[in-house]
Amino acid sequence: MTATQRNCLIFALWVMALAATPLWASNYIVRLAITIAMYTSLTLSWNFIGGFTGYPSFSTAAFFGLGCYAGALSQRAGMPMPLAWAIATLFVGAFAAALGAIILRLRGHYFAIGSIGIVEVVRLIVSSWGSLTGGGDGLNLPLLGGGPNAVARIFLGVMLAIMVVTFIVTVIVDRSRLGFGLRCIEQNEDAADMVGINTVRYKVTAYTLSALLCGTVGAAYASWTGYIDPNDSFSIIMTIKVPVMCMLGGPGSVLGPVVGTAAFMLLEEVFWANFLDYNRAILGAVIVVLIFFLPGGLLALSYRDLVARLAGTSRGKKVPKKVPT
Amino acid sequence: MSSTILVVEQVSRRFGGIVAVDDVTLALKQGEIVALIGPNGAGKTTLVNTITGVLHASSGRIRFQDVDVTAQRPFEAARRGIARTFQVVQPFPRMTVLQNVAAGALFGGKLASVAEATEAAREQLEFTGLSAFADRPASALTLAGRKRLELAKSMAMQPKLLLLDEVNAGLNASEIDGALRLIRQIAERGVTILVIEHLMKVVLSLAERVLVLHHGELIAEGSANDIVRDQRVIEAYLGEKFARRASAANPKFAQRTQQ
Repeated sequence: MTATQRNCLIFALWVMALAATPLWASNYIVRLAITIAMYTSLTLSWNFIGGFTGYPSFSTAAFFGLGCYAGALSQRAGMPMPLAWAIATLFVGAFAAALGAIILRLRGHYFAIGSIGIVEVVRLIVSSWGSLTGGGDGLNLPLLGGGPNAVARIFLGVMLAIMVVTFIVTVIVDRSRLGFGLRCIEQNEDAADMVGINTVRYKVTAYTLSALLCGTVGAAYASWTGYIDPNDSFSIIMTIKVPVMCMLGGPGSVLGPVVGTAAFMLLEEVFWANFLDYNRAILGAVIVVLIFFLPGGLLALSYRDLVARLAGTSRGKKVPKKVPT
Repeated sequence: MSSTILVVEQVSRRFGGIVAVDDVTLALKQGEIVALIGPNGAGKTTLVNTITGVLHASSGRIRFQDVDVTAQRPFEAARRGIARTFQVVQPFPRMTVLQNVAAGALFGGKLASVAEATEAAREQLEFTGLSAFADRPASALTLAGRKRLELAKSMAMQPKLLLLDEVNAGLNASEIDGALRLIRQIAERGVTILVIEHLMKVVLSLAERVLVLHHGELIAEGSANDIVRDQRVIEAYLGEKFARRASAANPKFAQRTQQ
């Protein structure tokens, strides 16, 4: 079995596990499954620019929020829900492509600061443009009928579908010329240029890919919750959480974002439930631990080494002495 | 008569008030090995940078195979067939040696798929003697190995013109001999080569023609043996005072240089 086949198998099992939650679990767990599917799509999207290309983007919330508003406004204009989602996807994709051509001239820290600025600028525009967006009052959307259980099942299906699409795109990019070029840029952008890669076009493509499905997720989220406002849609916490999840799993890998999101969300769930006051502090601690001890993410750890080392230390220092020299 | 592949016409490059390359005109013929020498800071690397599109000429024109390439970007140069190695090696550090070379084949050599590029890369590794290191990360190579990797990567791009920027700097004597053999083999394949070099051993043994750059100006041009006796070249390297002393001590030598 090749690495790709193995990754796809693990992913398929995980999707099925999430899809099966309505069969045995409460609505609370189903809601958690929807949120995991949603964040997995966002993290897989971020992986294109942050993981493959190595550009630390903090724009996720801008794409997600714009998707929320583009979808909500389309739906309020009378369009059917799936069409509204498609419009949101294209709008956010076009927004990222236009913006990417400007902001991707920056590198490293400057790019990070620029990308986080975009979230704030878009949030301020949306909250000031009251006549269109309802300003700080937010927007209401028509709710789906059929009761909470049916709605939860529908949106679990929708979010899982988006997650699967994002994963498939990731697998394709990973094996393609585009993915190879992005990895070259991540390692040494000048050398990538000298080797014949049109770095500007590649970076803009990666940035657009990182936005496209965030737009779909945002629009679907708006339809699901039935109400959006600027603070909820353009949340700084979201824009930081997504890269952290990706780095926790393993940036630049196919499965890393999926594993990272699952691990982070489950940890967060434990902390929310048990340490209501300190959960943000714990998020901070997780980030610090990541930077110091896991720069390559969970998937980059050599578990065989880790187990061997743990086993070795538990048996004490006598182990090495037994080895003949 | 062999055809001209690269023409540099009155190219200057200024950085603020400093003229790094000053009104340089030169031409390279298809398939020849030319050396570009000059003291530190003479503008050699800047000239290479203007040819490969890393920097753009402040004035003047550059033509490659009769196409005006003065305003090209580096990736365009690579796709046209201008490859270069860097004075400070530029690998993709966490990729394997094989992947590094495959990148050259895929993007510069314009191969259709990653699989084809990997095949082509294996050939180049064979050629440069790096096959044993194919699956090691590039950062694990020694300096000599990394210089070879630069060569392999450049060759995978199927270049017509290869610019070697101090590809021998920092190597020991036997490593230099190895690199020289490799460069000759590359030239035998019909690739035009411009070597930038400080080591006269390399210049004398490789180059059919030598260009000398000093303070951004092309001060001399000729065969390697003529160049080492040229008064202006000696002055550029040793300073005027030493050059005068050298001629005073050896009048026969001075006579020859003043012709």
